[in-house]
Amino acid sequence: MSQQLMKFHLLLAVLLLWLVAGCGLSGSGQSDSDAETTRITLTGSSTIAPLANEIGKRFEAQHPHVRVDVQTGGSSRGVADVRRGLASIGMVSRELAERESDLQNFTIARDGVCLIVHESNPIESLTDEQVVAIYSGQADNWQDVGGSDAAITVVNKAEGRSTLELFCSYFKLDSKTIQADVVIGDNEQGIKTVAGNPGSIGYVSIGSAEFNREHGVPIKLLPIAGIAPSQARVADGSFPLARPLNLVTRETPTGVVQQFIEFAQSAEVHDLVEELSFVPLQ
Amino acid sequence: MSPSSKDRLLTTLLQALAAVVGLLVLLIFAFLIRESTPAMTQVGLSRFVADESWHPSADAAHGSFNLLPILAGTLLTSAGAILVAAPLGIFSAVFCQLYAPPSLGWLYRRMIELMAGVPSVVYGLWGLVVLVPWIAALHPPGPSLLAGIMILALMILPTVALLADAALASVPREYLQGAAALGLSRNTTTCQILLPAARSGLVTAVILALVRAIGETMAVLMVCGNVVRMPASLFDPVRTLTSTIALEMGYARDDHRAALFACGLVLLVAVAVLIVFAELFSRRKTHAAA
Amino acid sequence: MPPRSIRWKSRAFDAAILVAPVIVSGFFLWLLADLLFQGSVYFWPSDSSAIQLSAIVDMLQHIVMFLTAEPEKAGREGGVGPILVSTGLILAVCMSVALPLGLGTAMLLSEFVSEASRFGRAVRRSLDILAGVPSIVFGLFGNAFFCQWLGLQFSILAGGLTLACMVLPLLVRAAEEGFRAVPQSQRHTAAALGFSRSSLVLRIILPQAAPGILAGLILGIGRALAETAALIFTSGYVDRMPQSLLDSGRAISVHIYDLSMNVPGGNSPAYASALVLVVLLVVLNFAAWWLVSRFLPRRSLS
Repeated sequence: MSQQLMKFHLLLAVLLLWLVAGCGLSGSGQSDSDAETTRITLTGSSTIAPLANEIGKRFEAQHPHVRVDVQTGGSSRGVADVRRGLASIGMVSRELAERESDLQNFTIARDGVCLIVHESNPIESLTDEQVVAIYSGQADNWQDVGGSDAAITVVNKAEGRSTLELFCSYFKLDSKTIQADVVIGDNEQGIKTVAGNPGSIGYVSIGSAEFNREHGVPIKLLPIAGIAPSQARVADGSFPLARPLNLVTRETPTGVVQQFIEFAQSAEVHDLVEELSFVPLQ
Repeated sequence: MSPSSKDRLLTTLLQALAAVVGLLVLLIFAFLIRESTPAMTQVGLSRFVADESWHPSADAAHGSFNLLPILAGTLLTSAGAILVAAPLGIFSAVFCQLYAPPSLGWLYRRMIELMAGVPSVVYGLWGLVVLVPWIAALHPPGPSLLAGIMILALMILPTVALLADAALASVPREYLQGAAALGLSRNTTTCQILLPAARSGLVTAVILALVRAIGETMAVLMVCGNVVRMPASLFDPVRTLTSTIALEMGYARDDHRAALFACGLVLLVAVAVLIVFAELFSRRKTHAAA
Repeated sequence: MPPRSIRWKSRAFDAAILVAPVIVSGFFLWLLADLLFQGSVYFWPSDSSAIQLSAIVDMLQHIVMFLTAEPEKAGREGGVGPILVSTGLILAVCMSVALPLGLGTAMLLSEFVSEASRFGRAVRRSLDILAGVPSIVFGLFGNAFFCQWLGLQFSILAGGLTLACMVLPLLVRAAEEGFRAVPQSQRHTAAALGFSRSSLVLRIILPQAAPGILAGLILGIGRALAETAALIFTSGYVDRMPQSLLDSGRAISVHIYDLSMNVPGGNSPAYASALVLVVLLVVLNFAAWWLVSRFLPRRSLS
């Protein structure tokens, strides 16, 4: 047999193999649906996504014919997908807005938001007025608020993030008036940014700030209105800057979706919630 | 089957495949145009340059849609990156071809190929965790135009280097043999003969790298600071068109969403213009010399 | 002896040429060293400080476990087994679509269409523009076209198809290089012997261009592995072992992004995953080099 013909046959064999493998893979999906695999899709907040993923895995272990698929895209995307029927459940990391009140809401955890500065910053606390002054650009040196002579690097969350909306509503700031030096997307980006700049200030989830601080990241958590930031304070409701982590559905959930939501709200997943540095519901 | 009908069959098949490829770009253009139409009708072109700031909202009447600082961000980061990467890349290619001992050149080439495959998140992560604090120590805030330029330059350099390498390699050997026969020194050969002869390939390399810089998303998102403001210095934060789309698409609705697609359209048009420009410069040969 | 000004200028130029690789290598090796260090720290058993044989064995065991196990605790523990499988499947889909399309287009452009042809120029222009489309635009387009319009939802298939669009320009360029390397004399001989065009291309040129094409394939895989933004919107976030191509599957670059930006304490496993990816790239690139050097004629000047 000539070399070219051999190579051609080899190529054909590889293609055939791939086709068979592909069919085999798709086929196994088919046989699953014979046994009625139900798929629950969750989309929404990337903050909740890791938690929902872990809860989903534990749920799947207890319910062999259920698959829980988690996708990200943002809290508003979660709401939109649930409305359009593209997802069974939406993940929303904030209180529902007026226009979203037609949806069914189920809180699965709470998350506090606190201010963080670099470890080396001598500041131990800031009043609400000082925070407003810093974020609106009136104070641009740490000396103005009782610290050392260094420029303040203001780290703000990007528009549309639930944390930003929570921050603005508590401090009564209009997000348009915030003078930021750095705008970040996710929590960990904020932590890395503050850890890399001794003069910076930002706000992130308490859980991830505490976790990082315990693992040696050079940040410091500041109290808000005199209340020290800790998961315990968020749990008992005394910490002022806290948000619920919600699962939303279009109608009252039934069947597997209902089971999943009840599971997510139950004490069985409290360890998962705490591991990801959120506060379980009591 | 007769030879000519076999040929016709193959040619038709190949033309169909190539047509699919060509249509793909048109499809993407059409998609962007369709999604961004509300931005054109509701917001209007003039508002993209005249509004007071970039604070878009789902309803065009309530938000402001000034894209200029963001456009400036894209332009400055890409231009800065290519200004750094082009000489470094071309010199790297010259190094590999003429100056380096074969083993060193081999190693260096492999390293450049490795650079091309490293994901943008890794570049961005390293930039955020290592480069940005370094720049912050120099001059706060850290995430800045400079950080963006440095990381982008690192990312597009493999494109310049590998394409420039190919361009230099395709310069006819006779030119260099002639230069050697005339006793020209290595750098004269490079400057006066090699680089000019490979000029069209080098320009193509630079333009393709520039295009890649314009389109980069994840890494600039992590190191540029993302503040919508005209930068006054290298150390000021900037926001690019790509990071705007990435940051805001998750929650944008209606007119805001359309405005983001308009950003994508601007990017694609800019890329198309650059490509056509590059085409005017290049002269391609299809077959190797016998 | 040339005048001093020329000597000075030529020395400066030589220096510039030598400094460039130093700067480039310096920064990249800094990044690589950081990656290696942070990644290996993740694998190193935490209870031993000295470099002993048992610690090395532990580390190797940890690496093997990492490559095969499922992610646990949002990826902070466990491994990236299902993620590697998802990534592999996405790549397989990508390549099996991009290869015929790319090869066919390259064949057409190189052998069947003249330099001046308008069709040829239009196709080349389209490819170059495709190469410049921002990755986020590909993500949005892929999501709208493959996931929603074609109804694939978040799936490996959608991710692979989107990546195929992105990798196509690279493949065509590499395939064209492969074709170009075949000497013109062979085409002339074939014509003289009365070969049909298709026989010439399929039986003579294609086999010889194969190594270059394969090398381009491998480099295309490298480029595809590096892609993040497009995959977040098309193949999705699910980190379970995929059971079909229609399942959503997390690619390794998406995993690295999630771990480093979204999960507290995810830094270390992010670096470990990045290290796995880089090692994979090194292996692939070495394979590409080996193929090219074995079968393709030497192209450099020295």
